[in-house]
Amino acid sequence: MIKKIITLFLILIPVNSYALIEVDITRGNLDPLPVAVSPLSIDEISRKSFERVLKKKNIGEEISSIVEYNLSASGLFNPLSKDAFLQAPDIANLKPRFEDWNLIKAQALITGKVNYVDDKLRVEFRLWDVLAAKEMMALAFTTVPSNWRRVGHIISDKVYERLTGEKGYFDTRIIYVAEEGPKTQRIKKLAIMDQDGFNNKFLTLGNELVLTPRFNPTSQMVTYLSYFKNLPRVYLLDIETGTQEVVGDFPGMTFAPRFSPDGKKIIMSFAKDGKSDIYTMDLENRIVERITNHPSIDTSPSYSPDGKYITFNSDRSGYQQIYLMKSDGSDVKRISFGNGLYGTPVWSPRGDLIAFTKLHKGKFYIGVMRTDGKGERLLTENYYQEAPSWSPNGRVLIFYRETKTNDKGEGFTAKLWSIDLTGYNERQIRTPTDASDPSWSSLLSN
Amino acid sequence: MILSKIFKNTLIVLTACLVLSACATKKEIASDIKGSMQGDVYTGTDTVEYLAEGVPDRVFFATNESILTTASRETLRAQAAWMRKNSSINVVLEGHADERGTREYNLALGERRANAAKDYLMTYGISSDRITVLSYGKERPVDSGSNPLSWSKNRRSVTVKAN
Repeated sequence: MIKKIITLFLILIPVNSYALIEVDITRGNLDPLPVAVSPLSIDEISRKSFERVLKKKNIGEEISSIVEYNLSASGLFNPLSKDAFLQAPDIANLKPRFEDWNLIKAQALITGKVNYVDDKLRVEFRLWDVLAAKEMMALAFTTVPSNWRRVGHIISDKVYERLTGEKGYFDTRIIYVAEEGPKTQRIKKLAIMDQDGFNNKFLTLGNELVLTPRFNPTSQMVTYLSYFKNLPRVYLLDIETGTQEVVGDFPGMTFAPRFSPDGKKIIMSFAKDGKSDIYTMDLENRIVERITNHPSIDTSPSYSPDGKYITFNSDRSGYQQIYLMKSDGSDVKRISFGNGLYGTPVWSPRGDLIAFTKLHKGKFYIGVMRTDGKGERLLTENYYQEAPSWSPNGRVLIFYRETKTNDKGEGFTAKLWSIDLTGYNERQIRTPTDASDPSWSSLLSN
Repeated sequence: MILSKIFKNTLIVLTACLVLSACATKKEIASDIKGSMQGDVYTGTDTVEYLAEGVPDRVFFATNESILTTASRETLRAQAAWMRKNSSINVVLEGHADERGTREYNLALGERRANAAKDYLMTYGISSDRITVLSYGKERPVDSGSNPLSWSKNRRSVTVKAN
């Protein structure tokens, strides 16, 4: 639905060619690209209209600060201080004086303007290569005013894509579990927010324990575990309509749900008689298939992006390790062989890597390995952290981290963190309450 | 030469100090939790409640394990005897794990632990119809501490009256 709200059309086809700027995102970026984000210019009548509708004094400045925040948070860009800007926003958008922007060492410049047209928000923006003195991109789109934060995210995505050559991840949402109360009686609710922590909304009231929500990669559906009526079962929730239903009819606990890449199946574990095996259910015809059959614990399944393989963790070797199999359950092979325990494998949307949680000598790590188990790289070490989830472009991982309590058992917190695939740019994601089990949506617009 | 001798002596003294201090701390810890842990299985009674006199409500497990210890089997035999005497009572076996594991694996582990208790009750004549298994994974610790003793109290299967 949301996809349809924003109509996006090009004014100019982006001109490739002379651009000198290029951001390399394959290595840790220790030298982020200096970029000037000029506030979107706005005429007085539009400004007043938006102030009336949105209660924001200057929507142009608000939108550009979203862009600034996103670019800075990516770790790849360094938005310069506005105090140093010499050219006024409206004039810069017409024709930047490149010498002025060069003087403050900006390599890229973003300008634009925003208008109030027929109760709608119309925005246009341009990306300029300062050194080459060229326009790199110009786009305009119109949407309902309440979508103004998404406008900032879409501009960020377009700029990111133009400068790095890869899709962005800013116009996305995070679904997670909001936590409150003492550690022994945590109250947990499903919550959803924009990728930058804004527009937080609680989706359940906290009457029953809820865990591990995951987005459908193709729609605004979510699957999660709920202890409704003290029966831990996998549920399906439509976050647009609020309708939910239990997945399948299993005589026991179902858990660890995830969607298949085409969004048509749910893969999950079913626990019975001390054994946990992996099952799928087709959401169209409701057919349930058993994928593993082993007396061990098989759980945390995740499909490869092409749907041909499944990675999961199992303790069939005696301890929790990561395995790979074909999607029909054949050809099971272990791929984690390092020291320690390995869990929560999640296949990258790019297909080349598997992110995981590792426990070794009392420390928890988030890491990545190739799909053959080789090339293990540990990105971050802490007292407790787990459950990585990929950004839709496969460049950033979000996960949760819990703190150690003191001698009196006090001081427990759970927070969301993100880290770049390179191991750089670790940062906390702000949430109104404690938080865990994050899952990243696909891009809402393309 | 002299220097190396001095060095050597200091080293010996230092090592001795280290050994001594290590012993001291070890002893302290041991006396602190004496009677509360065997290996890493909790053997104390801090958190234990009673279904009836002489019938403890819970059994404890080693890290990542679901094997019943001798003490656990004794507890479960007392529970089975109590259930045979009170044939109208049904129970829920709530399986739990400590916080040092991934959430989903711990859900499965809690289920496996509660089932180990269920199997044992069944071998002592309790019908499976009277037993429901419910895993909480690491979601409901009894002790919020971040230390081995707290974790050992949380690795448990608790028998709760269902009616």
